[in-house]
Amino acid sequence: MNEPLLTLTGIGKQFGGLSALTDVSLHINAGEIYGLIGPNGAGKTTLFNVVTGLYQASSGEFSFNGRLFQTGAPHLLAQAGIARTFQNIRLFANLTALENVLIGRHARTRAGVFGALFKNRATRDEERASVVRARQLLDYVGISKPHQTLAKNLSYGEQRRLEIARALATEPLLLALDEPAAGMNATETESLKALLQDIRSTGVTVMLIEHDVKLIMGLCDRVAVLDYGRKIAEGAPDEVRNNPGVIAAYIGAESE
Amino acid sequence: MPNVLKSILTHGHRQRLLFCLLLVAVLLLPFATDALLGRGWVRIVDFAMLYIMLALGLNIVVGYAGLLDLGYIAFFAVGAYCYALTGSPHLAMAYPLLFPDGLHLSFWIVLPLAALLAGGFGVLLGAPTLRLRGDYLAIVTLGFGEIIRIFMNNLNAPVNFTNGPQGISRIDPISVAGVSLNSTQQVMGITLPSVHLYFYLFLAFTLLVVFVSSRLEKSRIGRAWMAIREDEIAASAMGINTRNLKLLAFAMGAMFGGVSGTLFAGFQGFVSPESFSLMESVMVLCMVVLGGMGHIYGVILGGLLLALLPEVLRHSVVPLQQALFGKTLIDPESLRMLLFGVALIVVMLYRPAGLWPSRVRRRELESDEVAR
Repeated sequence: MNEPLLTLTGIGKQFGGLSALTDVSLHINAGEIYGLIGPNGAGKTTLFNVVTGLYQASSGEFSFNGRLFQTGAPHLLAQAGIARTFQNIRLFANLTALENVLIGRHARTRAGVFGALFKNRATRDEERASVVRARQLLDYVGISKPHQTLAKNLSYGEQRRLEIARALATEPLLLALDEPAAGMNATETESLKALLQDIRSTGVTVMLIEHDVKLIMGLCDRVAVLDYGRKIAEGAPDEVRNNPGVIAAYIGAESE
Repeated sequence: MPNVLKSILTHGHRQRLLFCLLLVAVLLLPFATDALLGRGWVRIVDFAMLYIMLALGLNIVVGYAGLLDLGYIAFFAVGAYCYALTGSPHLAMAYPLLFPDGLHLSFWIVLPLAALLAGGFGVLLGAPTLRLRGDYLAIVTLGFGEIIRIFMNNLNAPVNFTNGPQGISRIDPISVAGVSLNSTQQVMGITLPSVHLYFYLFLAFTLLVVFVSSRLEKSRIGRAWMAIREDEIAASAMGINTRNLKLLAFAMGAMFGGVSGTLFAGFQGFVSPESFSLMESVMVLCMVVLGGMGHIYGVILGGLLLALLPEVLRHSVVPLQQALFGKTLIDPESLRMLLFGVALIVVMLYRPAGLWPSRVRRRELESDEVAR
């Protein structure tokens, strides 16, 4: 069980002539909270999209939970146990909060057309269990509004939480969060931090991109820093913070 | 008094009571129409039912999965030509050596085959368009619809398959349990003319289509379709295989179209390519959009309104003008298009979600009944 949950080896991603990622290798251990930081345009979200199957890596490969993935298809990775949220919230806006989370159950339920038409016992049981689980998750992430509120009518903070609930509904091994605290105030960030720690305590590994340095420092076990598509540092938050290369990337190098 | 009723009957009871009343009303509809408006109107109502089936089928593709399809009538054509070919003397006339008597397959054998074939055509249309959305998808589906129609129009040479623009006539009427629906029947002293018999057959099929639609809507599959409609990328990140589910939506919608087409061929006894023009696709799409995309009752309302409107106009505009001016100034057909345009604009301005958008669904969720 010493095998890391996620291993990236030499991941590269080109968009035409532009190199968004170059030779990025890292690994995430089960049970960790792993942070990914870097200046704007460093390739954090690109890396995220590769890991969650939205982009296909131009080179390199990654293995997750003992399986090697070369061609990424988002639904396969979701089924394998990687769930994600999006930097600019992508909820199913015209569906209710409950339905959003129920859709997250898709990968873990089976009912097909036959089940839908005949509503046999297995389908009814599965549906009932899904609704129960979805309601638990909505309460768990702390959505106070009624569960049949349309997703678009939730407050910004609650939409972020709903995205997390929806991701958790897929029963992930790795929860990948793209700037979960973006646009949140200090109180909201603090309760998000508590939520993420609680999620980790249930055995879910967390990977997050974040700009809020305080959140990263207080939350992450390890942090990787990307700059111009390369990994320039990795380690415990304190080490990384004092790394001259990282300081240079963020505020520019001292001119000699 | 209504309060007493309310206290006795639970919400579920009331719904069931309402449904029963509605069913009785619908069952009596052909008799009422016959008595009040004449037999011709029963036939018009029969056609309206076919349109409702079509609209409900398209609703799966457009309303649930959010895939704009402008060539939907092609599946109707596939179903209609399926039965036209196998249930008419056409093959006997075109190939007397191969089919001395024509095929004359039973409607009930052709129906499932036609549904499957139409579904297959749905997948055929869906497969190359998986990456397309919105306008681009609309253009490809529009082309597909036209291709099917042009094929029907031109496949009379070098081998006469569809009899070209003349169409195929003398299609066998549908029979149920050995009773041809093209005859007048006496049931328990009640006289049922052919149009009434077809009405009940179409009603049965419409109810089946409604049942299938509503079951799909409230299922894991239906939710996945709606997820794709709302945000395809997020849907795939939730583990939804968007490719398969889009193909499924195309196939299911096409099957409904195929069924409706088969019924149409048997009812009308004659099919020709001009029944499957682009205008028909647009019409069915209008029914879905005007009624309330994604809402079964709304779509039924839209189908009913738009199928009946031209007939109402045809029967009222000319006599009205004759009475007022002594001659016909405006052709009812052009007036229909004008009214259509106005109706669409008004609906889009004031009721962008359609005349009868889905609200029931939300109320249902409120009462925790989804699990049942």
